[in-house]
Amino acid sequence: MVNHAKYGQAFKHVPIIVLGLLMIYPVLWLVSSSFKPNQLIFSEPGLWPSAFTLDNYVNGWRGFQGISFSRFFANSFAISVLSVLGNVITCSLAAFAFARLTFKFSKIWFALMLVTIMLPYHVTLVPQYVIFNELQWINTYYPLVLPKWLATDSFFILLMVQFIRGIPRELDESATIDGCSQKQIYFRMILPLLVPALITTSIFTFIWTWDDFFSQMIYLSDIRLFTVQLGIRALFDPSGSSDWGALLAMSTLSLLPITAVFLAFQRYFLEGIATTGLK
Amino acid sequence: MGTSRKSLAREQNATAYLFLLPWLIGFFCLTAGPMLGSLYLSLTKYNLLSPPTWLGLDNYVQIFTQDDTFSGSLMLTFKYVFISVPLRLAFALLVAVALNKGIRALGIYRTIYYIPSLLGGSVAIAIVWRQIFDGTGVVNKALSLFGIQGPSWISHPDYIVHTIVTLSVWQFGSAMVIFLAGLKQIPADLYEAAEVDGARKRNQFFSITLPMLSPVIFFNLIMSVIHSFQAFTPAFVIGDGRGGPLDATMFYTLYLYLKGFSFFDMGYASALAWIMLLIIGVLTAVIFVTSKYWVFYGDNKDGR
Repeated sequence: MVNHAKYGQAFKHVPIIVLGLLMIYPVLWLVSSSFKPNQLIFSEPGLWPSAFTLDNYVNGWRGFQGISFSRFFANSFAISVLSVLGNVITCSLAAFAFARLTFKFSKIWFALMLVTIMLPYHVTLVPQYVIFNELQWINTYYPLVLPKWLATDSFFILLMVQFIRGIPRELDESATIDGCSQKQIYFRMILPLLVPALITTSIFTFIWTWDDFFSQMIYLSDIRLFTVQLGIRALFDPSGSSDWGALLAMSTLSLLPITAVFLAFQRYFLEGIATTGLK
Repeated sequence: MGTSRKSLAREQNATAYLFLLPWLIGFFCLTAGPMLGSLYLSLTKYNLLSPPTWLGLDNYVQIFTQDDTFSGSLMLTFKYVFISVPLRLAFALLVAVALNKGIRALGIYRTIYYIPSLLGGSVAIAIVWRQIFDGTGVVNKALSLFGIQGPSWISHPDYIVHTIVTLSVWQFGSAMVIFLAGLKQIPADLYEAAEVDGARKRNQFFSITLPMLSPVIFFNLIMSVIHSFQAFTPAFVIGDGRGGPLDATMFYTLYLYLKGFSFFDMGYASALAWIMLLIIGVLTAVIFVTSKYWVFYGDNKDGR
């Protein structure tokens, strides 16, 4: 009887494990293929390489037109880090105002902020491009980073507003009695308590910026400014004459930073998704 | 006293607007302004080089009466949304329910199932997809083990959209995590009471789990529809980047991109963007209006 229950428990795991392997297979295929010589990649479906090589990484890292992937990685990191800083600073400022301060028209602004969360990016795309073009900012990182410094990812404002509302107001009141100004309350009390929400904001901003392909493609055409995503896309020739080994090796590397961030901050991640429905 | 309170209020006002300043600039210069700008441009012919010339509603008339690529891309995008969103949510719900039964090592499974959502938006995974679904790729090799002759998923215009759908369904992990959190909120005594009354597992699922989870399903549904409608990278990378083969990857956003940034017909692209905004708005409104028939908010505080 005990045995039976044990088997039943193990049995429950079987479909979940099988499905899990199926889910993870494409990622494993990518990693294992990146270590195979080019002629084996498509002839050998198994995951364990029968011949092991690092040439793909050496060839891929060389990049193209004299620009190596170290440049692309550095560019992607720069854009991502600047975006994270922008979102963390400006969204938390706005969130503090919405959650704690009383001011004229606060309800209207808050409602407008909520509406912008649902807006598709494309409806502002063309005029934004026109503006950045007028400012001669095409082929610079301003169009990618500046919006984050103007808190346009209002999603994170909402996330932080909800978080701040959970912080007891008595803390603010006692601080006010002790003579703290609103600015001091923000810097000394709210920011330190807001850290979990700031971490959630940081990791999602980092990953979305790292993965962003559309706006990078629109605003960057100078190869020296290319990001990792653009570098990979440029290596890839849809007509089929790509150096597949190099392409898959660089693809594998491109996924490493976001995987590392995910594994390091898993707890914040899963809580962030669960409480706010982040993608 | 009265004046000092007034000055305090004024000071608070000033501080608040100082905190809001970056957001306000962004709102006016990067969101509201450009929105009105694209509405204006949609009524003009504009190619970035010469000033816009007024067309009135010509762009819209042309889109709705003469543009077959528009109607094709709209149908394709609807097909993608209506197949991939329900499949993805169903998968997410099913796996979440299976994982929620006090299974050991839940954390590991949750991580593994979430990884596709984490990586799925990248160019790298789109390239992998193109390769494993290729005519001689891994998927067809696996199918041939069962004696099935798989079609050429990538090069045949009838099949490539299914390749893109599987990529979307594969990323069910994020919805699953939200469902798991929702399932944890359902009070256990509901199931205990059902157990006492002799309700079967299947009935428990339909009478307790689904209704109690409906607010979460509602939320997931809205976010998935809005998000799927804007899919771009998979269509761009798995297809040839120009909508081919035979416009079978001409998703709405790809068409908009090509019109605006390949042909520099930016007035036309703006009109496409406003039509997209309206469609997404209508879809969201429909889900909202129907929600009162199927979303259950409970009649007490514990109900959510």
